[in-house]
Amino acid sequence: MTQQKTAGPPSSRKGDLAEEFMDRQTTLGKVRQALHRYPALSPALVLVVSVIVFGLLNERFLRVENLSLITQQVSVVGTIAIAQTLVILTAGIDLSVGAGMILASMVMAQLAVNQGVPGLVALLVGLLTGLATGAINGFLVTKFKLPPFIVTLGTLNVYVALTLLYSHGATVRGSDMPGLLTWTGKTFPIGSVRISTGVIVMIALYLLIAYILGKTAWGRHVYAVGDDKEAARLAGIPVNKVLMSVYLFAGAVLAVCAWLQIGRTNSASPNAGLDLNLDSITAVVIGGTSLFGGRGSVWGTLLGALIVGVFRNGLSLAGLDVLYQTLAVGILIIVAVSVDQWIRKAKS
Amino acid sequence: MTMTDSVAPNVETREPILRARNLVKTFGRVVGLDGVSLDLYPGEVLAVIGDNGAGKSTLIKCLTGAEIPDSGELYVSGEQVSFKRPQDARIHGIETVYQNLAVSPALDVASNLFLGRELRKPGLLGSVLRMLDSKGMRTQAREELTRLGISTLQDVTVPVENLSGGQRQAVAVARAAAFGSKVVVLDEPTAALGVRESNQVLQLVRDLRERGLPVILISHNMPHVFDVADRIHIQRLGKCAATITPQSHSMTDAVAIMTGAATA
Repeated sequence: MTQQKTAGPPSSRKGDLAEEFMDRQTTLGKVRQALHRYPALSPALVLVVSVIVFGLLNERFLRVENLSLITQQVSVVGTIAIAQTLVILTAGIDLSVGAGMILASMVMAQLAVNQGVPGLVALLVGLLTGLATGAINGFLVTKFKLPPFIVTLGTLNVYVALTLLYSHGATVRGSDMPGLLTWTGKTFPIGSVRISTGVIVMIALYLLIAYILGKTAWGRHVYAVGDDKEAARLAGIPVNKVLMSVYLFAGAVLAVCAWLQIGRTNSASPNAGLDLNLDSITAVVIGGTSLFGGRGSVWGTLLGALIVGVFRNGLSLAGLDVLYQTLAVGILIIVAVSVDQWIRKAKS
Repeated sequence: MTMTDSVAPNVETREPILRARNLVKTFGRVVGLDGVSLDLYPGEVLAVIGDNGAGKSTLIKCLTGAEIPDSGELYVSGEQVSFKRPQDARIHGIETVYQNLAVSPALDVASNLFLGRELRKPGLLGSVLRMLDSKGMRTQAREELTRLGISTLQDVTVPVENLSGGQRQAVAVARAAAFGSKVVVLDEPTAALGVRESNQVLQLVRDLRERGLPVILISHNMPHVFDVADRIHIQRLGKCAATITPQSHSMTDAVAIMTGAATA
């Protein structure tokens, strides 16, 4: 690479040789600069390559039914990862998103089935429950100044316990619930593809959050707070208000996700979805959002969730044991964070 | 420098833009400010100097809302004010460039200039959908940088972390100058800069004065202070030891007052 460049232009002098060592002058450096500027670029490349590879390995992979199945499989983790992205952008982390979501879904299902509350009311109370889990996290982070990791590690256990206490460990079947609660699991055809309403809700949420993060002052403040809290405060940004609203927003998103989870699994189970706490972080990290805050995008997270979905689906179609899927996801995380570290060094 | 001559003699008869009286600030048992008063007149550069721990930064923080004084009064254009947070000082037209710059590294130059007071699109897009006017902010950022003669920073879409120390300082100063309608406060603006970049910042300070904006400059660097300041407020042990001018005292005198070896 270096050879080509120095030999290339006829006017190359001694001075250019020195500049070769400057990061942005090399091809690799240019790639790094581009990845630094557009954080969603590297997960996009990974997704395209993995789709092609799995397509070559098994011709069933690229069939429309399979691809639409992947989107449905991804819808729950993809949605909850939006909440995770918001929190991680502020240099926090939320270990309790999955637990909060399951609590909200149990409230929805139990109220409707065991207490006989109308579907709409059960849904609304469930959504408020999800919002409350975010509010509690936000309150502890902003008022008690506790690190988000500790707060959400605590609330993770609290929400899990509350879920089991409230539901007595019993699963509620989707067939017993009002149609509104399982509406998100309904599929409808677009041409030859079957799309679930849950996937549409997920995409709508992505569009909404991408707009808010990218085009409003609040979005910019979220990045600024994650980037450098003290600088944001001195620039006149109400840091605690921003943080509180981020956790509230995350609570609202995971509340909607609870609804998607009921539709997707056609049930509400207190033992489901605990993996989602970590799976959501996986999607965010593979999507190129920095765990140090202030850098990343919600589209990267969608790509990250899709990558995990594609790997799991593709490896299982290739006939590999489920353990290899987990192994592959583990390697992906480490590679993604290494790439992130390398990209962050790209400063001129 | 003609400015100094015309301002200096009748300084006392003018109404100060910013007036502080008997500011006291303690941190536990440590006394940061022990009854400090300060006046800033229109169109002047007031330097604040002092040894480490003399209370320079505390004084500035109290003037700009970053700290709340325990007692004492603050007046802006004769009106009594009390600042609870940096935003309050800003509303009264006092803009501050903090030593740690308060810029957000991952955001670009234009976003940093407008951080905390972003412009929204006109019409329903702005009022209902809260959409930012990114293009307008970029245009205005470019205009402001050109007005201040900062030519090295024409690409306002570059993330601030890709800029040199002097350029970052220029962004922070430009932000203060763009929004500071009454006072611009600069805390150690040249501390981390090279010779050429320092001179650029000092030129910016002169330009601000030319535009009639009074400047408070906190610095350790005596040559810089004596180069641009009209008056020099010397802090010592939490009190104002003296207020001098570069004409009345030499650098040696200033250092002597600062260290307690002499009095004004």
